[in-house]
Amino acid sequence: MNTLMPYLIIGAIVFTLGIFTIIYKKNAVGILMGVELVLNSVNINFIAFAKFVDKGINGQVVAIFIIILAAAEAAIALAIILNIYRTKATVDVTELNEMKN
Amino acid sequence: MDNLSSISYFIPELFLSAAILVLLIIDLLLKKEQKIWTGILSAAALIISVFFIFRQYQLPVTDIFYGMLVADSMAVLIKLIAAISSTVIILFSLPYVQEKSEYYILILIATLGMFLMAAVNDILMIIISMELVGLMSYVLTGFTKRNPKSDEASLKYILYAATSTGVMAFGFSYLYGMTGQTNLIKIQQALMTNPPNQAAFFIAIVLILAGLGYKISMVPFHFWLPDVYEGAPTPITAFLSVGPKAAGLAVMIRFLITVVAHPMGASVNAFTQNLQIHIPMLIAVLAVATMTFGNTVALRQTNIKRLMAYSSIAHAGYMIMAMVVFNAQGFHAILFYLVIYMIMNFGAFWVIISMTDKLGSDEISAFKGLGYRSPYAAVSLAIFLFSLTGLPPLAGFIGKVYLFASVIKGGWYILAVLGVLNSVISLYYYANVVRVMFLETAPVQEAVPTTFYDKLMVTLLLAPTLLFGVYWSPVLKLTSISFNIFH
Repeated sequence: MNTLMPYLIIGAIVFTLGIFTIIYKKNAVGILMGVELVLNSVNINFIAFAKFVDKGINGQVVAIFIIILAAAEAAIALAIILNIYRTKATVDVTELNEMKN
Repeated sequence: MDNLSSISYFIPELFLSAAILVLLIIDLLLKKEQKIWTGILSAAALIISVFFIFRQYQLPVTDIFYGMLVADSMAVLIKLIAAISSTVIILFSLPYVQEKSEYYILILIATLGMFLMAAVNDILMIIISMELVGLMSYVLTGFTKRNPKSDEASLKYILYAATSTGVMAFGFSYLYGMTGQTNLIKIQQALMTNPPNQAAFFIAIVLILAGLGYKISMVPFHFWLPDVYEGAPTPITAFLSVGPKAAGLAVMIRFLITVVAHPMGASVNAFTQNLQIHIPMLIAVLAVATMTFGNTVALRQTNIKRLMAYSSIAHAGYMIMAMVVFNAQGFHAILFYLVIYMIMNFGAFWVIISMTDKLGSDEISAFKGLGYRSPYAAVSLAIFLFSLTGLPPLAGFIGKVYLFASVIKGGWYILAVLGVLNSVISLYYYANVVRVMFLETAPVQEAVPTTFYDKLMVTLLLAPTLLFGVYWSPVLKLTSISFNIFH
């Protein structure tokens, strides 16, 4: 695979799968997995563009930082989900409806 | 500019970072009843950083850290707004948060993130600094553990925010692919010398606008805001409605005037589009949708925090409205309005925080007869709400005059008319709160006790709201030197 296109197609597919996971999953941990997919599709894109367009390391640096961000985000989100599980004994986002207009 | 010589332009951020580390250690050494000192010292650290920021006004416009950040006077103004708003929030919280003092340190870290957001000049820095503010905001939103509303708010916040960050980063990856650069100025040069595929460019811009619009609660991406504002502890609601929003607007302005448009010749006053698709029209439609949605949904709110949430969506709409003209005057009006909005919004929130705590409820009906039970608080809340509506002779009126003037001068007459109509709608729900406070009789008549501290703080915010309504040239001067990004 020495052309840019296959990487972009994979990136777009992973991104779409991630968005669909976020929309259709009811489990908060599942939604978080969708977010990880989206962020990883971003990484695929950045690394592919760094190799074929930029021919430098700017994109690779961005990808490394996004990996770190994804880890930090997952850590905080899991802590919040755990906290909710302790009080409500569920991680189903449709059952979280304390507030309605 | 290289890393070592950049440090002299980075003093406020360095000072704040050092203060955070020192305070974390001091906090460990304090006993439980002394923990409030962490809050007081955090406020002091922010006030000292305000002085360092003021000293940056004289510095010339420079790229620092190899173009990662830029030191210009718009960054200085937004940093000033961020530091002052965080100081006010810490002062808000001192009577309520006395033992869990890590709260104050989280606010300081979020402020550091806003300082970086004010000065971003690189895709990488945009993503990192927005996340730095975001991660702290999620934790602060869920800070009252075991409160189901607060938990739910923070979960919704982090899931929506993470998604929008992902979508925005995907847009940035396409932008990087089209230009091969991550620096915004270099992206602009690459776009001008080598025009990209318009369709791909448009998709990238829309994806990025989704992420940035999320941060400032632009309408299709606003759905997180009412729940988060209602569930978060009230001081954090006030925090989210000003600081992060100002920083988000700064990022959006910077992004629009570098990537979407470029300055005509050397003049700052007008910009030419990099894109054949008419981006100002898109922004105008989003602005009208944002303010109309915020104002009409606010009409039927019964919870005061939710009302303030929709009101803050509407105000974001007014500020986005002035972006459509794409000239220095419009951006200047936004910055001017941000300063005014910070003062009057905090004033309203201060009264709401102190009163909901004493009345034990954040429903509007709990405010019945407050005009007789606590006249000073009720009168000042009325003044802040009328200022938010934009009635003369209050500061909010002057802010809106500048916003509408810039839109009208740009020739967007229908947009200005819709904006004014929206202000009229907003009068209804703000006046409704005032009506409940003064014209309805309370079930209990005894006076609500107010502390001296509350009264002092309300007065400190009330004075500028009244003063800037008749004498606003200092603020105008402060903000007008803030839009010389290209000198």
